[in-house]
Amino acid sequence: MTLLGNLALWVAFLLGAWSGITGFLGGARARNDLIVSSRHGVYAMFGALAVATLSLEVALFRHDFNVEYVAAYTSRNLPTFYIWSGLYAGQKGSLLFWATVLALFGALAQWLTAPRHRIYLPYVGAITSLVAAFFISVMLFGHSNPFERLAYTPIDGRGLNPQLQNPGMVFHPPMLYLGYISITIPFAFAMAALISKRLDVDWLVAIRKWTLLSWLFLSVGICLGMWWAYVELGWGGYWAWDPVENASFLPWLTMTAFLHSVMIQEKRGMLKKWNLALIIGSWLLSIFGTFITRSGVIASVHSFTQSSVGYFFGAFLVISAVASFWLYARRLPLLQAESTLESLVSREASFLFNNLLLVGIAFSVLWGTLFPIISEAVTGTKITVKAPFFNQVNIPLGLALLAFTGIGPLIAWRRSSLPNLRRQFAVPAAACVFALLVMLVAGMRDFYPLMAITIGAFVFATIVQEFVRGVSARHRQYQEAWPLAFGRLIARNRRRYGGYIVHTGIVVLFIAFAGMAFKTEEQATLRPGESATLRSPYGWTYTFTHLGVSQFDALNRQVTAATVEVARNGKRVGMMTTEKRQHVDAEGNPTFQPSTEVGIRSDLREDLYIVLAGVVNGTEQAVYRFTINPLVWWVWYGGMIVAFGGLIVMWPGGGAVSVRREQAGYTVKLVAEEKPS
Amino acid sequence: MKPARRLHFAFMEAYHTSHGFSGWSSESERRYNQAMKAGMKFALGAVLIVGSVGYLMASGIKQTGQYFLTPSELSQKLASDPTFYDVGMKVGANVVPGSVTRDVATQTIAFRITDGSATYPVIYKGLAPDTFNDSVEVVVEGRLQRDGVIHATDVLAKCGSRYESVPKA
Repeated sequence: MTLLGNLALWVAFLLGAWSGITGFLGGARARNDLIVSSRHGVYAMFGALAVATLSLEVALFRHDFNVEYVAAYTSRNLPTFYIWSGLYAGQKGSLLFWATVLALFGALAQWLTAPRHRIYLPYVGAITSLVAAFFISVMLFGHSNPFERLAYTPIDGRGLNPQLQNPGMVFHPPMLYLGYISITIPFAFAMAALISKRLDVDWLVAIRKWTLLSWLFLSVGICLGMWWAYVELGWGGYWAWDPVENASFLPWLTMTAFLHSVMIQEKRGMLKKWNLALIIGSWLLSIFGTFITRSGVIASVHSFTQSSVGYFFGAFLVISAVASFWLYARRLPLLQAESTLESLVSREASFLFNNLLLVGIAFSVLWGTLFPIISEAVTGTKITVKAPFFNQVNIPLGLALLAFTGIGPLIAWRRSSLPNLRRQFAVPAAACVFALLVMLVAGMRDFYPLMAITIGAFVFATIVQEFVRGVSARHRQYQEAWPLAFGRLIARNRRRYGGYIVHTGIVVLFIAFAGMAFKTEEQATLRPGESATLRSPYGWTYTFTHLGVSQFDALNRQVTAATVEVARNGKRVGMMTTEKRQHVDAEGNPTFQPSTEVGIRSDLREDLYIVLAGVVNGTEQAVYRFTINPLVWWVWYGGMIVAFGGLIVMWPGGGAVSVRREQAGYTVKLVAEEKPS
Repeated sequence: MKPARRLHFAFMEAYHTSHGFSGWSSESERRYNQAMKAGMKFALGAVLIVGSVGYLMASGIKQTGQYFLTPSELSQKLASDPTFYDVGMKVGANVVPGSVTRDVATQTIAFRITDGSATYPVIYKGLAPDTFNDSVEVVVEGRLQRDGVIHATDVLAKCGSRYESVPKA
């Protein structure tokens, strides 16, 4: 299979180069034969890479340990479920996975793009092919070929890192990759628009859905990553501001900014330069993320093994940045705004502030991530910042952003009158004050959580108000039953109401994050029968009684399990088990370091989270860490709501393009007078 | 329009609108002024946001930044600045083989770290990471106290090329 795989890699590499050249030439000279050839090249490249990926999977499933990659990341006793994820468990395989998915997206872009945007396609094909060819070249020339064979055949492989043997790991990396990789498509369209000088609103329409798609994948990928970190790593939280987490968060921030500011360009012809810069920046940040996870420049829990691949990515990052911003600078004269800001109290202005905040957050995260390098270069001493820095900077910025989530959608375009403001904000402001009072009466005195709940209530009230107004308008006007009116309201205005649903998810997330301010923790060394107590933020007292330790062998590991009985205010609520696992190979020899299996008991209010730190040699005395994490499930629910809203916004259909354009114009006319109800 | 004239218009407009009269300036001039005013106000808001981002970042680094040093860099720092105690820092070094003592009852680990030329004792109260033993490379996070011991709040053990985080104490 490795011969086939190698062959497929070379074919794909040459096809990528071919599509790149013919795409640029065909586009520039308007030669149809070249354009068609380039497009076919894109399809064929995907075919070749699919063959390569399949060959690697076949080698993995056949336990062909003569292949170095197979031996390094799987073993005979690895559960079948996890064998497939061996594809992206290591550096080399993940490069192949990346290239394949990019080629798939490139082919889909060629295939799915509406006829009226076809003028961009030659350049889009050329750019996607060249980026994919770069990834293949890293495999071929950067000592990262997943099909490399060993001089001998080991009897068994080294096995998959136990921390990756978690169901979340089967979905989390592909989702993140899909998000990262698909940013290339909007970037390619932006470049195509710059090259072809067709910079009207058309290219925006062409890429909006692609941007949404990668934003959606990235959002889901980040949430799954938080879930994996929470249930697998055992440090008791879901977000640690690790460089690799930050790397996935950065393009998410800039794309979120873009998805908002793009509306201003569509409606008012403003912010063209800004939008292009955001797209280029998002893509560069995604490549930057790949660079820092693979180069070992910054120490992180998630890093791949340090390797020369870093140089390839560093060089690629610099070259792409210079090339794209050079082109961008050359086209600046074509990117003049068609109108100006008329009032500070307008949707444009509030979206601009939202953008500034998002980019400000992105900048501070980037700065904090790179600070060890920056400080060492400037002062000669390495200074690192960790979670407290990121929290200190981003909590206030995030809360300001949350406030704009409520304000932005309700303010009229161009300018808002005082009656308009009163009409839109009277109820939400009341809700906000009410929530604050309730929390104060309930005894909450912590500033940031109070703010999160107060502002969250405000935003949520604005959203409810919008839905109520929309539904009752339909009910009045078309005599539709309430549920039907509700369904149609969303279905007929997917962008608007889907967006509100995303905002609802964001509010839920903020409140869930605020809950973590009240987490409590306790460490204890217990003999069987002894117990530890911990007070939950809701005022309950939990008692954890150590029942005993058991040791047994499972599938591919030796397990040390400890069990506690949990009681709340003296009433038994159940038993919880936490494990220490030593993974072994088929011979029973230990592989990897021991790993921890967390015991979690969730309800909507709080999670009980217990970790077995160790067992005192030869006894049943166990060292535990007990943690109570409030509102964790709301993080997962919030993520699901965000994803659901994103799907609604993206869902195809909703009228022909011409109809939508007319409607867009219609809206502009209406808001120019007075906001309709 | 010259700045002085612009200011004059802005003033006159503000005066007249406040008296319920807005027909004084021509429509185009009025629009122009309004746009300029909005632009100025927006710039003010933008400066406010950018300023607070900058302020938060600067103060954040000042309050939470930590030196990342090797033991010999730490002893150099101490030589040049004798008050360099009780400063948050991370020290990356090797554990001296055989120097680890554990006290299970109080969950305290004591060990020494070295980079070959300088050696410091470390006391860490908390759970040791799975990967911690007496022959690993570690990153110790904590403060060097006047007793000459690094009181660690966190110990990261380097395993192969990966750092594994200790569960937080």
